[in-house]
Amino acid sequence: MPEHLLLATAAADADGAMNPAIGWGGLATSLLLVAAAVALSWWQGLRLEREILWATARALLQLLAVGYVLVVLIDPDTPVVWAWAWVVAMVGFAAVTVRRRAREVPGLTGLAVVALSVSSAVSLGVVFGLQIYPVAGRAIVPIAGMMVGNSIGGLVVAARRLIGELSERRPEVEARLALGQPWPEASKPFVRDALRTALTSQIESTKAVGLVFLPGAMTGLILAGADPVDAVLVQAALMYLILGCVATNVVVVGLGLTRRLFTPDHRLVRLARSRS
Amino acid sequence: MVALFDLDGVGLEIDGHRILDDVSFTVPDGGITVLLGPSGSGKSTLLRLLNRLEVPTEGRIELRGEPLADLDPLALRRRVGMVFQRPVVFPGTARDNLLVARPGADDDDLAERLRAVDLDPKVLDRLADDLSGGEAQRLCLARTLATDPEVLLMDEPTSSLDPEARDHLERTALGLVEEGMGMVWVTHDLGQAERLGDHQVVIVAGRCATEAEAQRFLANGHAGGSGEPEGAAGSRDGGRRA
Repeated sequence: MPEHLLLATAAADADGAMNPAIGWGGLATSLLLVAAAVALSWWQGLRLEREILWATARALLQLLAVGYVLVVLIDPDTPVVWAWAWVVAMVGFAAVTVRRRAREVPGLTGLAVVALSVSSAVSLGVVFGLQIYPVAGRAIVPIAGMMVGNSIGGLVVAARRLIGELSERRPEVEARLALGQPWPEASKPFVRDALRTALTSQIESTKAVGLVFLPGAMTGLILAGADPVDAVLVQAALMYLILGCVATNVVVVGLGLTRRLFTPDHRLVRLARSRS
Repeated sequence: MVALFDLDGVGLEIDGHRILDDVSFTVPDGGITVLLGPSGSGKSTLLRLLNRLEVPTEGRIELRGEPLADLDPLALRRRVGMVFQRPVVFPGTARDNLLVARPGADDDDLAERLRAVDLDPKVLDRLADDLSGGEAQRLCLARTLATDPEVLLMDEPTSSLDPEARDHLERTALGLVEEGMGMVWVTHDLGQAERLGDHQVVIVAGRCATEAEAQRFLANGHAGGSGEPEGAAGSRDGGRRA
């Protein structure tokens, strides 16, 4: 089932359905909307014109670069090890991104690498171990990309929230420590709150899917001419994987970070206050 | 007689800032030892060293002759309880609060804990957040006592209370000391230091005050103070114990 959906674009062409390729002309036309955004910024005095143009150019260059790499990676003749190498690089980039978005959290890069590696290994192990998708570059790269990409937000929220909770409620944490509670017990209510907050967003997204928005993979498949029901099956499987992946990431980072925030003799280290 | 606490050359540096410097004094076993000094002098930090919420970067602290560094920190904190400046109640009822310190205790036990600090046992079912400041601080004291400590560290526990609640808590504390509880009490209120202190140690700028510094603080200190403390018995090397 998945193999033919992954080849939906070709199938769509063969069936005479909508051609998903918009070409350079279509891309140029879509820039009209960027021009509208620039015009609105100028009209309202937002001074974001340069930012918008820079973001537009950067996104195009990045996507083009990635696109050309993907052409090579998903080529059936390319050894699959290159796809795995790409996943490793993605984990690294994602960890750096997480670190940039939560600078006040100590040692987050390493923790994010561990969390993303664990969650990717578990999720991709399930996907390919149970043969939900074939072990091929055209499956490995986009699926890992969706999992890692969707995990970034949860990781940042979990880390920032945990630091915020433990710094704002330091008196309560220390009152618990002063009663002789070990740090895992003293921090439990705050870790629980942080993890719940980080996971709630993904759970809400999962609940709202279909009612409020149509997710990317499904939209792409339908645009490419796939049967909507088949597209739904692919999307549902991906969403469950993403949910599991985000949950694994959030828990690994939450527990790992909490361990770093306490000394072996059960003292809470000094924390920078979260600004979020 | 072995001292309750013995501090020798204790220093603490945090993020490059020297908070405490070469602090040496002994806390006798019996009565209330008051740590007295202006705000920001480091006396609360000094108190936190006594149950290892902070660890000194230099020097040595002993509890009844045992180096603090050799003791299990969790066991130490149950032996050396601490009541903080502002009442820190946990979410839930008063019962929930007490059970954190004494898991599995029955209501009779908990009621007795409340009576020991002059709180009505009916408070057990009340939300801790709904208690008055004085009641909340007494609940915190009961919670700390629920671990059956042998020493209590009181970090300006009456500073956020009205005079009536303050007097009430002071009476409770004196009762506990009469029953044999060791107690170290931090305050910047000279009046309170006089009312409670069997022994006093003046801390100024992170170290034990010299004679002149102690006199200056005692002369210009808190408005509640009435001047000279009782008979001096200097600490081991320069600490002013009045």
